[in-house]
This record gives sequence, structure tokens and C-alpha cells, in this order.
Amino acid sequence: MKTHAERQLKICDTTLRDGNHAVAHQLGHADIVAYAKAAELAGADLLEVGHGNGLGASSIQVGRAALTDMEMLTAARAQLKQTRLGVLSIPGFATVERDLKPALDCGVDEVRVGAHCTEADVTRQQITMLREMGVTVKGMLLMSHMASTKTLIEQARLIQEYGAHAVILMDSAGAYTPAAVDEKVGALVEELDIEIGFHGHNNLGLSVMNSMAAVKAGATIVDVTARGFGAGAGNAPLELVAANLHLEQIETKLQLFAALDAADLAESTFVKRIPTNDSVTIASGIAGVFSGFASPTRRAAERFQVDPREILMELGRRGVVAGQEDTIIEVAMGLAQKNSLYEVI
Amino acid sequence: MHAQKGSIADPLRVAIIGTGNIGCDLLLKVIASPHLRCDSFAGRRISSPGIELAESRGIPTTAGGIDAVAELADRIDVVFDATSAKDAVHNWNILEGLGIPVIDLTPSHLGKFCVPALNLEECLTEQNVSMVTCGGQAAVPIARCFSDASDGLGYLEIATASSSASVGPATRANIDEYAFTTQHATHEFCRVDTAKTILIINPAEPGMVMRNTIAVPASENVDMEALRVSVDEMEKRINSYVPGYRVVVPPVATGDRIMVTIEVEGLGDWLPRYAGNLDVITCAAVAVAEGRAEARR
Repeated sequence: MKTHAERQLKICDTTLRDGNHAVAHQLGHADIVAYAKAAELAGADLLEVGHGNGLGASSIQVGRAALTDMEMLTAARAQLKQTRLGVLSIPGFATVERDLKPALDCGVDEVRVGAHCTEADVTRQQITMLREMGVTVKGMLLMSHMASTKTLIEQARLIQEYGAHAVILMDSAGAYTPAAVDEKVGALVEELDIEIGFHGHNNLGLSVMNSMAAVKAGATIVDVTARGFGAGAGNAPLELVAANLHLEQIETKLQLFAALDAADLAESTFVKRIPTNDSVTIASGIAGVFSGFASPTRRAAERFQVDPREILMELGRRGVVAGQEDTIIEVAMGLAQKNSLYEVI
Repeated sequence: MHAQKGSIADPLRVAIIGTGNIGCDLLLKVIASPHLRCDSFAGRRISSPGIELAESRGIPTTAGGIDAVAELADRIDVVFDATSAKDAVHNWNILEGLGIPVIDLTPSHLGKFCVPALNLEECLTEQNVSMVTCGGQAAVPIARCFSDASDGLGYLEIATASSSASVGPATRANIDEYAFTTQHATHEFCRVDTAKTILIINPAEPGMVMRNTIAVPASENVDMEALRVSVDEMEKRINSYVPGYRVVVPPVATGDRIMVTIEVEGLGDWLPRYAGNLDVITCAAVAVAEGRAEARR
């Protein structure tokens, strides 16, 4: 649609949300304050803050956070002026009364309501309510590599119908190829009236290329994190996306050097290990398993003395989705049992 | 009246309001119960798949919803409410005044919580019995095992995953009510300071069997041997009314947590067998109705 060409590309920095996956949700107050300042200087349009799985997600199931949602949001809020403060809210984890309303009271500017890519109707209640309250609200389709283009169009249309301002396709498993990005993002841009975004992961080393492909296909929102700090093999790195956009002369509010500074700052403070591709994250990408499963899978493999890659391949066969981390232990125990049977034989 | 297969001479006369997944699965279980006879299956659309199912089994149907059931007041012993949390409030406003007992399968929590494995006997004379939620029926009994194997818990959580095809529109619109009601029931049946629930909907084909993981932090003081014995007994007790209820991960300490995973396979009455989330609550509701039928004798 023509209108998309007139929209400036917006950069959503999810370092302080997706990055929390990389440190078992242990980002602290000082980390949040320091990085929020840097993201503001870098010119990010939105800074998403919180537990890796969003509001209300701190749990044994997906990891207990060091800070409460309110502590994280309040810390970030105080540092932001131009950059807007965002949260992720996944129905099933986040509830309106316990989680969403208190977050709005902290001064959140934008809520991105997420659901597994075939289950968009669970976002209706939250999107409708937020829209009525006048809050900017976007829909996120998680694990979108698992659904066909046709299904994604249907699901994105539901989100548009509920009143969301945009739909973001999440490559939560880092399993997209640039051709798949071109097809799926392009189709959504064509078929929907609202803005389309893309959230890349780097399991197959394609996060930057995929983000650029999404922009070429008409996406007007791209998610990034400093140094790729995020679940599994990490996200599309802010600094690399900024550099590529600079070379391609694609205009955003990003300040190139300040974006590079933000990434340097992240590395020198809270990025304990720069996300990279190893056998576990690659297996995760091939199996099409949620990137956030990498760390708990490593722990379960260690505990039950099994190959983490076998756990991931079995999880992929079962078609598990984000939030089903308990299945990792079930599968690991099953593999351990099978191995011990073979040893007896 | 029509004859339902295997009925005893004087069955409990029931009505079911709500013709979605839960209502349909419940209907088939009522038909199979010799103690119960469904005299009205009430929805709001005359051509729904649920109404078609009931008609194919010779069950009286109506598209008049709660109002049609209210007119049968003197000929109905128990109403099952399988609508939505919101509609259940409206229905109860009408049925309470008429003095008709209600077994509520929505998460509205208007009456006494009932989990048959834990408190069936206490619920048989209540006018409104709340069947909690599907996740609650599956997981709260195990949460109780954790509670019994400790001196009280600081934190416990329940993560439930159900197959997409089995989670109908009413449940999807009631996700928050689902969470609050499940948490509330956990507090009522267990000694725990904070309870949390997580609901996941999984679209894998063929469908994933309903799963529930009950976990507490490793720091909780739980007697593992007592927990093993208690979970084992609980599984057997629940099997007496939900045959497909199975422990798949027995109590295990995995570093940061102590957990149990159970799965519920259904009988495959309305949806395929993976949809145990229907059976776990419909079987529990039927157990309450059968309990009333027997208590009447």
C-alpha cells in the first residue's frame, strides 16, 4: 500500500526486555538506568523494558526476574524523554488487573500485545481495552516461522480489527531466511492497512540480513538489541542494523555514533557474554524452537547428562511454543531414561 | 420422555446451558452416565454443531438459552452451566431465585469450589458448585500434595498447556478470569502464600495432550518421599473419575525447582483424545452430579 512508503522507519530497542533472556532475567536497576539513557541518546523510537517474556512473566516456568515489572519500568521511565517506553504483554502470562494497569500507571507509552502466531484472538481483550484507553498498542505474532503466509495474514487481520496500530512478525526461533521474510512481510504490507514490523533472531546468522530484507519488503518497525543481547543466539544487533541503514541511506531517528556508543556501553556493563552461535543455538534454529529455550536446555542437559541438541530436536518435533519450558525437563528425563536402557542392554 | 442408554429407573434430571466444546463433551458424558438424564440442551443458535450433536442423540434442545431452561424449573434437578464467566453470572441470578442447584463449569466462581478428589462430599448439598477451571481440576490436587508434604509453601506455580483446537472462544475471552480463579482455588485448597498460573495454547498438529506442571522453588521445605507417596495416591484417586489422568514427570528436584508434570488424555468423546482439558472438568462435574444422585437415594 502506498501509505507505507511515507512512514519513517522506526527502531524498537528491546535490549532491556529480550536481553533479559540472556541473563536469566537478572538485569538490575543500574543496568536499566544506564542503558535507558544511552537508548535515548541513540534516538531509539521505543525502548521495551521488562522480563524476557513480558509483563507478569516472572516465574519458575520461564525464570524469576531480579526486579519487579514496576521497578524496571520506573527506573527506565525516569531516563526517557523522546524515546517512548514500551512493554510486552502476553495474555496467559500478563493479566489486565494485576499486570497491565499497574504498568500503565508507571507511565508506559506503548504496549505490544503478543500471542503465538496462530492464536491472535487471545489478544482481543487487551488490545480493545488499550485502544479504548487511548494507549498506543501493537500486536506481536510470536514464532511466526511456524505459520504459513496465509495464516499470518488472517491472524494479522484479527489484530488490525481489534484496533492495534501495527503488527510485528517475530522470528522468535531465528528460523527465517531472507526469502521467507520477503514473502511474509511483503504479504502483510500488501494485505493490511496498519504498519508492519519485524523482530529478528540470529540463530542462523541472518538477523541483520533479515531485518534489512524486512525493511525492503515494506516493514516500518524493526526490533534490535545492543550487541544482539537477547535470547539464544541473540537479536538483530542495534549497531549493525544502524550501520547498514546508514549505508543504504534509509532514514530513521537513530544517531549512528550514539547507537554505536549504546552498544559499547551495554557490552562494558551488563552483557556478560556476547550472544554467539554455538551448537545449541544452531540446533535451536534448525529445530525451530523458541530462542529463550537455549539456557534452560543447557541446564537440563547438564543435570540429566544428555545432549542438549537432542533435547531441542525433540522439542521441535513436538512443536512446543514459547512458555512451554517445563517440557524441556520432561524431554531431558525421557532421553536420560532411554540412554540408561541402552546401557543396560 | 426419551430413553437414554443405560439409565436407571429414577435418574437425576439435568439441563446443560452452553453448547460449545465443554457443553458438548459434558453432554456425551451425561448420556453415558446411568445416574443422569439430560432433559434440555440449551444454546443460543439453532444450527450450532452442539445442537446438531444433541439432536442426533435424541436429546431435547432449545435455542432459548437460560430462559428456556428456567421455564423447566420444576422438572430439572440440576443445571450445568457451560457458558462463559460473564453469562454464568446472569444465569445464576435467574436460577438462584428458582432454587435450582447449579454446577458451574465457567471460571466465574459464584459458589463453593469443588475438586472431587479433595472435597466432593462437602459440595453435595450446595446450591452453586464452582468447578474452578480445567487447569485447576488437573493441577490443584497436585498442588495440595506439595502443600501436604511441607509445613506450608511460600510460592507455587501452575503452568498449563492445552491444544489450540480445544480452547474455544469463551475460554479465550476469559483468560484473566481463568488465571484468577485457578489461583484463588489453589489458595483455598493449599497452604501457600503466593500462587501463580500460566496458560499456554499450543497449535501443534496432531494436538498436544493437555499438560500441567506444578512447581515450587528448590528453597521450599518439601519432604520428597512424602510428596512421591502423596502424588501417587492422588493420581489413583483422580483416575476413579478421570481415567486418562497420568503423572508423566514424578516429583523431581532439578536444581532451582521441585516439580511434577501431569498430562490428561480425554476419552475422545467430543474432541480427539488430546483434549483432556475438556474431560478433566466435565468428568469432575459429572462426579458432582452423580454424587448428588446417590445422596438423594
